[in-house]
Amino acid sequence: MNEVSVRAPKISRDRLKKKLYFFSLVAALLILAAFFSEYLCPYDPYAQDMSLAKAAPSAQHLLGTDRYGRDMLSRVIAGSFTSIFSTLALVGFITVLGTIIGVFCAWAGKWIDTVLMRLADMFLAFPGLVFALAVAAVLGGGVHNAIFALAAISWPKYARLARSQTLAQQELPYMQAVRMAGSSPLKIIRKHVLPNIAGPILVTAMLDIGTMMIELAGLSFLGLGAKPPIPEWGSMMSDTRNLLATQPWVTLAPGFAIFLSVMIFNLLGDTVRDWLDPKNRR
Amino acid sequence: MEKILEARHLRKVFQAGSREPLLAVDDVSFAVGAGEKVALIGESGSGKSTVAKLITRLLAVTDGQIFLDGEEITRARGMKLKQAYRKMQMVFQSPVDSFDPRCTLGDGIAESLRNHGYAKAEAGAETARLMELCGLRPELSDCYPYEVSGGQCQRAAIARALAIRPKLLILDEATSALDVTVQAEIMSLLNRLQRELSMSYLFICHDIALVQDFCDRVLVMHNGRIVEEGTADEVIRHPQKKYTQMLIDSVL
Repeated sequence: MNEVSVRAPKISRDRLKKKLYFFSLVAALLILAAFFSEYLCPYDPYAQDMSLAKAAPSAQHLLGTDRYGRDMLSRVIAGSFTSIFSTLALVGFITVLGTIIGVFCAWAGKWIDTVLMRLADMFLAFPGLVFALAVAAVLGGGVHNAIFALAAISWPKYARLARSQTLAQQELPYMQAVRMAGSSPLKIIRKHVLPNIAGPILVTAMLDIGTMMIELAGLSFLGLGAKPPIPEWGSMMSDTRNLLATQPWVTLAPGFAIFLSVMIFNLLGDTVRDWLDPKNRR
Repeated sequence: MEKILEARHLRKVFQAGSREPLLAVDDVSFAVGAGEKVALIGESGSGKSTVAKLITRLLAVTDGQIFLDGEEITRARGMKLKQAYRKMQMVFQSPVDSFDPRCTLGDGIAESLRNHGYAKAEAGAETARLMELCGLRPELSDCYPYEVSGGQCQRAAIARALAIRPKLLILDEATSALDVTVQAEIMSLLNRLQRELSMSYLFICHDIALVQDFCDRVLVMHNGRIVEEGTADEVIRHPQKKYTQMLIDSVL
């Protein structure tokens, strides 16, 4: 090896591919496990047994029990359904909505663009928690309203990204060639703009899954998301935080579940970003 | 001679925010006859590319009129503009950038065919024929623009422009991004195509030597105006304006 390169070392495409497959597989397993969580629980996550309350981890109850004697492992597994699917629904919704609004703004221009973008600024100016509190006050608590509150303040990020990416695409020379080929605006958006802007938007969405999971758990922790006794990682941590000094496992279990899921989705997001990076093509 | 393109008193003012408005094109009038090869030359910033964008309606004109094949297209939109693009096509300065990086060359060439009612198989066959006409192996249609050389990409761009059989081909610095040997190849390709298909060319260029034995007529642009006009020989041998002399001297 006496080859001298002035360029930054490229991650080999093969290694990246393996990494991508690995993290996709792990994430897919996590999502599958969440989907079938009902059948994976060793015990009923709602069944209380006061005689077993606050039991330490043992062979029967791998993660111990909470103060009502409910099996923590079952509750963490059952909680994955709410936590993961609310997050995915939220991220999917804001990605699609934000992209549509952003591309539309870039294409329409003029006053439509100005009005929608100022609206986006307005929503960005709300602190998330305060807005969620307001939504909870008006519409009541619950997972749906927490998702709604977070969606309302998160779509502008995607709208701005899609808008700026679309504007950048419109400036590229190939856009003139495509226009001269007689393609309609809808076809140009579908065939040329969306594939070219999908990369950055997808990566943002992937990396946002972790953030949104934490935000949702945070809202639940404050009692603005999932309502007990529905198992949800954020509300479980809030439920058991008084026991942190004496029975730490009941708080640590859902906390660790959040940490692990966020990490998996973040690593997947990073890998997808590297994969889509044009510098890494071929 | 029948006129395929006529520009009358074109004017373009760029207005950006509070900055001083920039007059890029000032009272430019010219015509291109059927089968004629016209060169528009001038230094960088003289407004020749802006003229190309105005007549192809990629930029809106501030003032003036554009006629294509007898029809006014100055404010044409939608279907009317689509029909106008059947008659005129353009080859751009940077070959690789003029293709969508996420579409294959074949897709790029076939796009206008598909838009004008060709079925997928027909468009594919026609694409292969066009690529051959432009001296490209048909296998290259599955390549992405960054996978082929600049010369090959420019040939593909010419194939794309020829796809819907335009009457007028506008070449905006079509060879300036290529090296000299490839430049010569592209020029001879254009020459051959012109003989075979009898199109009109509007050749936009800053290199006067390149157009000397290629074009019938030369228009010299300076500061947004046409300062001199004549046959290539006239302009090069007996330039009337100092500016033209300077352009010629800079090559020799």
